[in-house]
Amino acid sequence: MANEPDYLDETPSQTAGPYIHIGTVPNFLGIEGVYAEDLGARMIDDQTRGERITITGRVLDGVGAPLRDAIVEIWQPDAAGLFPSPEERRGTADPHFAGWGRSACDLDTGLFRFETIRPGRVPLPDGRLQAPHVNFWIAARGVNVALHTRMYFPDEEAANAEDPILARLMAEGRGDTLVAKKAEGGFHFEIRLQGHGETVFFDL
Amino acid sequence: MTDDDTPRVQGSFYPRRRDDWHPPALAPQYRSSTLRAPRRALISIPQSWGEITGPVFGQNMLGELDNDLLRNFARPGESPIGERIIVHGRVLDQNARPVPGVLVEIWQANAGGRYRHRKDGYTAPLDPNFAGLGRTITDAEGRYEFRTIRPGPYPWPNGPNDWRPSHIHFSLFGSGFAQRLVTQMYFEGDPLIERCPIVNTIPDPAAVDMLVARLDMNASLPMDALAWRFDIVLRGRRSTWFENRPEGN
Ligand SMILES: [Fe+2]
Repeated sequence: MANEPDYLDETPSQTAGPYIHIGTVPNFLGIEGVYAEDLGARMIDDQTRGERITITGRVLDGVGAPLRDAIVEIWQPDAAGLFPSPEERRGTADPHFAGWGRSACDLDTGLFRFETIRPGRVPLPDGRLQAPHVNFWIAARGVNVALHTRMYFPDEEAANAEDPILARLMAEGRGDTLVAKKAEGGFHFEIRLQGHGETVFFDL
Repeated sequence: MTDDDTPRVQGSFYPRRRDDWHPPALAPQYRSSTLRAPRRALISIPQSWGEITGPVFGQNMLGELDNDLLRNFARPGESPIGERIIVHGRVLDQNARPVPGVLVEIWQANAGGRYRHRKDGYTAPLDPNFAGLGRTITDAEGRYEFRTIRPGPYPWPNGPNDWRPSHIHFSLFGSGFAQRLVTQMYFEGDPLIERCPIVNTIPDPAAVDMLVARLDMNASLPMDALAWRFDIVLRGRRSTWFENRPEGN
C-alpha cells in the first residue's frame, strides 16, 4: 500500500528457480538425513472423517509439456467445510485432518499427487455457499509470482451450478478449466499455464 | 514477550501490487517465463475463509540443526567449504507488526555455485559437507536466523553469458494461504545483482532493494562468521475479517 505512509510494501516475489525441491521436499529429492520428513507429505490419518480421495495432476507449459521442477501445494477444509487454522472462527475442524499438503512434481513424469478427503462447502463473505473445492498454489522456474487457482469436482453438479465464482467463470467460457476429471480412486487435475484452455488463476 | 502480546491477526489481506511492484508473469529477458507465464489476466475474487486461513507450524516439527546449514549435512567434525555467515532478520506484515510462527525455508548453492540436485550439471563440485537447505519458524517477535556459507554465483542458460548473483532462495508461509511468498535474497555490494535478468524482472529499484541483505557487523561473531540482515514483509491484514462482514456471523 504505497500511498499509505503507515504501510510497508510487501517484499517482492522472485521465481522459485529450478531447484525448489531442495528446500521444500529434500527427502523426495534424495537428500536424506537433514529433515526426518518432508512437510506436507501427509494430510490424513486412519481417523480422518470424510471420503478418501486421491488427487493427481500435472502442470503444463505453453507447448503442453509437463513441468517437472514445480511444487504444488493445496489448502482445503475438512469434510464439514472447516479449516484447521487459528483463523477459523466458525467451529473446530477435524483434528485428524491437516488441510495443507505439498507435492513435488515428479522429476520424470511431472505428476503431483495428494491423498486427502473430499472437502465440505465454505461460504463467501456475503454468505453464499461455494461448491466444494481445493485451493492450489504453484511455484516453479519461470513463474515470477507463484500462482493461485482452485480445483472443483466433476460430480458436484448441483453445488457447482450455484457457486458464484465458478458460475461467473462458466459464463465467460473458462470455468471448465477448474473442474477436475474423474480418475481411478479420485480425480485428475491438469493445470495449463498458457495457451488453449489456459487455467484460470486468481488474484486473491 | 507472551503470546498475548502478539495475537495472530484475523482479517483479509491487502491487495498485492502486481502492476508495478511484483514482477510481471511474462518477462522475456528471463527466458523461462515465456512458456510458463499465464497470458490471461488474473481473476480477482473475494477472500473468504480459504484465503485468510492457514496451517500452524510449530517449533516441535523442527530438528535441532534445521537452521544450521553448516552442520545439518556435514560429517562429524567437518564443515562445508566457504565463507561462514549468519543470515537473520525479522518477518513483519505491512502494518509493521512482527509475524510469529512463519515457516521460513531456504535453499542455496554451495560456495562454488553448485546445487545438490541431479539436474544441476555445473562444473563446480558438490561439497560433501553441504546440502544447501534449512528451515526455521519465526519467534514471537518475528525473528529468524540461519547459519550457512555464502553461496557462490553461477552461470545459467538464458542469455549467452548470464550469471546469477550470490543468492539464497526463501519460501515463507505466514498465517494465511494467500500470504504465501517465494523470493530470493541477495548480498549488498554484489556487482552481479544489477546484471541479473531474474532480478530485473522486478520493475522498481526500490523493490529490488528490499531483496538486498545488509552486512550487519553488530550481529557478526568475531573470529567465526559475518552476519547479513534480511527483513521480510508479508501481506498485511485488515482489522476486520472481510471487506463485507459475512452474513449470519
Ligand atoms: Fe538459485
